[in-house]
Amino acid sequence: MPPTDTTPETPTPEEPPLVKDAGEVPARSNGGQAPGIHFEKVVKRFGDNVVLRELDFHVSPGEHVTLIGPSGSGKTTILRLLMTLERLDGGVIRIGDEPLWHMRKGGALVPANERHLHEMRKQVGMVFQQFNLFPNMNVLRNLTEAPMHVLGLSKDAAAERAHRLLDLVGLGDKANAHPTQLSGGQQQRVAIARALAMEPKVLLLDEVTSALDPELVVGVQDLLRDIARTSDLTILCVTHEMGFARDISDRVLMFDQGQIVEEGPPEQIFGEPSEQRTRDFLQAVLAS
Amino acid sequence: MTWDWEYTGQFLPDMLSGLRITVVATLVGYALALVLGLVWTLLRRSPSRIVSQITRWVMEFIRSTPLLVQLFFIFYVFPEFGLTLGPLSAGILGLGIHYSTYTAEVYRAGIADVPRGQWEACTALNLPKRRVWQDVVLPQAVRKVIPTLGNYLIAMFKDSPLLFGITVLELLGVAYQEGARSFKTLEPLTTIAVLFIVVSIVSSIAVRRLERRYATY
Repeated sequence: MPPTDTTPETPTPEEPPLVKDAGEVPARSNGGQAPGIHFEKVVKRFGDNVVLRELDFHVSPGEHVTLIGPSGSGKTTILRLLMTLERLDGGVIRIGDEPLWHMRKGGALVPANERHLHEMRKQVGMVFQQFNLFPNMNVLRNLTEAPMHVLGLSKDAAAERAHRLLDLVGLGDKANAHPTQLSGGQQQRVAIARALAMEPKVLLLDEVTSALDPELVVGVQDLLRDIARTSDLTILCVTHEMGFARDISDRVLMFDQGQIVEEGPPEQIFGEPSEQRTRDFLQAVLAS
Repeated sequence: MTWDWEYTGQFLPDMLSGLRITVVATLVGYALALVLGLVWTLLRRSPSRIVSQITRWVMEFIRSTPLLVQLFFIFYVFPEFGLTLGPLSAGILGLGIHYSTYTAEVYRAGIADVPRGQWEACTALNLPKRRVWQDVVLPQAVRKVIPTLGNYLIAMFKDSPLLFGITVLELLGVAYQEGARSFKTLEPLTTIAVLFIVVSIVSSIAVRRLERRYATY
């Protein structure tokens, strides 16, 4: 059954803007500066297929970086490595100064254990293409589950945070709805709120509007634009929406075959790309 | 041969008490199968290869041997190892263990059916393992397999006459005794067939209802 839309996807003009006061954005409230991200000679293979070949790049604290490039170029793999959804095959990834997939032991780096991964993951949040909300829980519980059981918040504190975030994403009246009762756009807003409820310092956005009907894309993009503008989160975004990439990014990385082909501020990459492969890719995307 | 209604009326009360034993054995055995099946499933997924392989072979062994043999084993052989059980307890234990290997398979399929994205969301939210299973995976998995689990309840009910083999006076036991006493078999055996059909149909309807209720969130 197709989801039925019961509320407008974008706020009506009478409603206050989603993010008015930067102090309300949860990322601010976690105090510490968002960490940078470092990839050092990172290798990732799937069987014989080498997806990332000694990839080096870094993202500055609080920087918003968008990864673009053809399918299979390794963009999503980068996000999945950062979220520990894929295992690292070689090299080192650091979040801030701490290696993600390794622990320090007597001056050397050894593979991380589950406890280390658990600690490191606390800094990172991810929004998925397919939302991945828990269908067996209502919206409120989707938002309170992890804050209660991972961060140790009381039920009331978690619920209060959830309501604040639902207001932020414009779904204050949907706390008791089940995900299946929401439109795709609404589900994705809940997913964004769920990620923010963990107060991450790094936010990963994996093609977050690709699964949405065209008319629902704008609302979600506007929300993310506001969040990007008013928070000090470090953001890594994979998208095929070039307009969105242009708005949200401080820097754009163009990937092909697991390597960075070109990088620069969005005006440069989208305005005067210097690499032929970038031009070809942009042309193909715009034509589609 | 004509049907003797008066005679049927005489043994019917005994038969209904036999039915009660059958239902009790089935329901308690089923509860055991549901819980034990879950234990098998989780052990089967243990990161330790030894644990998961041993579990696999134990399950395979139980599934590949007849329930009646298992019942005999529990009732007649266990006492030699110091575990003496009454007929009904032994029967319930046998039914529960035997069917747990089937419910385990059902759970396994249900868990495999939970989309990968759900597991990934759990990782992204850093949920501890226990919460992942208790709050996310199992509720979704079980919901999907409720109809299949329900069918095993009915299958188990139909297997319950095997308990007569270890002297439990359930439905078949009562009918057999009655037949042996009066040398009339038509009425008692037909009556249990009817009782089985009635209970099976009622259970089927209940299972369909559950299915409809849990088909969507």
